Amino acid sequence: MDHLDALESQSIYVLREAFNKFDKLMMLWSLGKDSNVMVWLARKAFFGHVPFPVVHVDTEKKFPEMYAFRERYAREWGLNLIVDFCPPIEEMDPTLPPAARSAARKTYGLKNLVAKHGFTAIIAGIRRDEEGTRAKERVFSPRGENAEWDVRDQPPEFWDQYKTDFAPGTHLRIHPLLHWTELDVWRYVKRERIPLVDLYFAKSGKRYRSLGDQDITHPVASNAATIDEIIAELETTKVPERAGRAMDHEAEDSFERLRAAGYM
Amino acid sequence: MANAAQHLKITIVGHVDHGKSTLVGRLIYESGSLPDGKYEAIKAMSQRRGMPFEWAFLMDALQAERDQGITIDTTQIRFRTRLRPYVIIDAPGHKEFLKNMVTGAAASDAALLVVDAREGVQEQSRRHGYLLHLLGISQVAVVINKMDLVDYDRKRFDQVASEITQYLCDIGITPSEIVPISAHAGDAIARRTDRMPWYRGATVIETLDRFRLPPDAVDLPLRLPVQDVYKFDDRRIVAGRIESGRLKVGDRLLFSPVNKTARIASIEGWSVRSQPTEAAAGQSVGITLDEHIFVERGQIASHEDRPPVETNVFRARLFWLGHKPLAAGSRYKMKLATAEHQVEVQSVDRVIDVTDLSSRPSQSVARNGVAEITMRARSMLALDEFQRNHRTGRFVLVEGYDIVGGGIVSMEGYPDQRRSLTVKSQNIPNVESQITTEARWRANGHKSGILWLTGLSGAGKTTLAQELERQLFRKGMHVYVLDGDNIRHGLSADLGFSPDDRAENIRRVGEVAALFARAGVVVITAFISPYRSDRDHVRSTAPELFHEIHVKADLAECERRDPKGLYKKARAGQIPDFTGISAPYEPPVSAELVIDTGARDVEGCVADLVEYVGRQFALS
Repeated sequence: MDHLDALESQSIYVLREAFNKFDKLMMLWSLGKDSNVMVWLARKAFFGHVPFPVVHVDTEKKFPEMYAFRERYAREWGLNLIVDFCPPIEEMDPTLPPAARSAARKTYGLKNLVAKHGFTAIIAGIRRDEEGTRAKERVFSPRGENAEWDVRDQPPEFWDQYKTDFAPGTHLRIHPLLHWTELDVWRYVKRERIPLVDLYFAKSGKRYRSLGDQDITHPVASNAATIDEIIAELETTKVPERAGRAMDHEAEDSFERLRAAGYM
Repeated sequence: MANAAQHLKITIVGHVDHGKSTLVGRLIYESGSLPDGKYEAIKAMSQRRGMPFEWAFLMDALQAERDQGITIDTTQIRFRTRLRPYVIIDAPGHKEFLKNMVTGAAASDAALLVVDAREGVQEQSRRHGYLLHLLGISQVAVVINKMDLVDYDRKRFDQVASEITQYLCDIGITPSEIVPISAHAGDAIARRTDRMPWYRGATVIETLDRFRLPPDAVDLPLRLPVQDVYKFDDRRIVAGRIESGRLKVGDRLLFSPVNKTARIASIEGWSVRSQPTEAAAGQSVGITLDEHIFVERGQIASHEDRPPVETNVFRARLFWLGHKPLAAGSRYKMKLATAEHQVEVQSVDRVIDVTDLSSRPSQSVARNGVAEITMRARSMLALDEFQRNHRTGRFVLVEGYDIVGGGIVSMEGYPDQRRSLTVKSQNIPNVESQITTEARWRANGHKSGILWLTGLSGAGKTTLAQELERQLFRKGMHVYVLDGDNIRHGLSADLGFSPDDRAENIRRVGEVAALFARAGVVVITAFISPYRSDRDHVRSTAPELFHEIHVKADLAECERRDPKGLYKKARAGQIPDFTGISAPYEPPVSAELVIDTGARDVEGCVADLVEYVGRQFALS
């Protein structure tokens, strides 16, 4: 087994654990590279099927290319797609910096959707290497009654035995890509030929390294127009992946505050 | 998984404030793995807060951590040396966060244990060392940190080094290197400095590069714990991850503990160029079978010739994370591979003090404690000894919603019950005798059955059996004693005294006793028969004829009597697996009769037995 095989096998194990343990299970699909890899892994784990709903929490501010991508592949991959919308920004915590406040809409959109459908487990495509607080995550990570994350008292997690029991009213976040890196994702996309939105590929010296809402996501300077060029770029770059995500950089703890409140 | 670019996962453990986070920060910086601007950003942040720059800040992206000054959770950081990439799992040293340390360390291939040169070996240094051993992490190196604060004194280094080496050797860990460093000043991290000219050993980075990648589990016997069974379409796919060994299409698989077999018809795959025909350890697979046998999550598939152990009782070395102490008699949900079972703590055998490795008897294990316990399950389990297979030889306990402990399995003193469960000669019809047992009873003038005497060596089984036989014979009854003398020399002459052999001996005695009883004889057996499972098995072969009689005397009394001088030899270590001393005795839970030989003399005890036989064996 090579490195990618080992990552794939571990993720499949996690997805199968989640599917076995939870009836009210769903997968978040943000339309970005990581969540496409995650849907792909689910199809591998379940032999061509995705046996739970795939949910897009829509801010209605995504790039048009992303919406087109969603419609096409939901159909081609036979996904049980649920789209739900986020509350307006006026309802968000006004003490948050502007971009974080905008991102918080997604937290509340997700909370409403979870309540509406009674989901008890949410599969999300976050990775440890993306950002400091995500580095501390568990694979099966409990959330409180208000979806809050208690980073100070996380459950033990060892020997691939996960927390699968939880109190009524709380839910679990399941992170099958937690152990992947950005480079791993790109190498896997290449090996498996997984389709992606073409905003990731450079046009006129700029490309998106991470995709969020149009108003709070900025392209980075790059000439990498193919997967191979992106891989070569990432092998040498020291620019962090989320450099183009405004909400991470407004204040040193803004992303942490978002996550503690239930952001992905 | 041999691959040049394979990551090595290392964990850094040690007592609180001995400098783990500083070391990690320094390692990342010196290996050139920091993202641009990170070092400067954190320096600026420190200045803004009016604090001196600390290397540990590099990792502590969380506000709460900086405020408290301790790492509150496991963090994973990547860096690479010229040799290969690493994932560092930074585990906290604070006592309260042992669960995080376990979380981090359990996922590692190797460990660095950090010890402060000034403070020397502290409680958490020992506890973490012990847990590494318990978690099965065999590659450990020590770094003696803060050498700058002891003036790079070689004598101090030697002192601390010998102290920690002694402790680790006592628990079975041989440190690969002991490196004097200053994480703060940067000595012996990436290069040796002239501040410690006396040190010519490996740097921390060289030490890391000398660790080996984990060995493949493909050469161990096949273990495929069933994770799920899918019926999304016309295929019935058994899904799971191969934990060890390999399999191929056509192999006959044995599913334990149900002991059903079937052949692999196919290995399924999605988005693969061609259907695979074989698979090996580490792969998450799906297979179809040639026969529709009962398969469900929790079973372990193996090849028939090297199956896992089957048992409902086992020993474990355990670390406890629960707020409520673990106590004898408590019940928990146990997760082992993909199986879940209800288990009860039969006994807490000893609680280990990790600071001096002494142990003491106790009825309970407190939070963050380590102990040896005996567990009993309501149902039959399939498992391996941890020594033989890590992945199917370890488990976690769940109480309420939480994982509260982890343990590793030992079968020391207990037999594999597979043999007594598995009927090898199938397809042999039961030949019904023309003469019923009841007809024999009428001819003999009394009922028949098995009087199964069980108890410690020296409790008085043989004495009582022989006297009872004499008295019943005089009353004209058909009676016979089976004991070690007439069984061990003939029927079981091929067996020794290991747990497996003892279990097999008892199985044979049980079968013979059942034949005697069906032939109309009152059979008295006099065997220690220490395992409840063995006695229960005999009972199940002839439930209507079986009478379990506990010949009771406490260990001290038996040892005082010591009629054959065996206890003396056992205490001297000359007899291994001696019941009561180095092997367990499990008293009956619901014996038909208890004879307390400590409280009554032989005459009185035999009178009780004769009275019992008179009541139970008379024809109505």
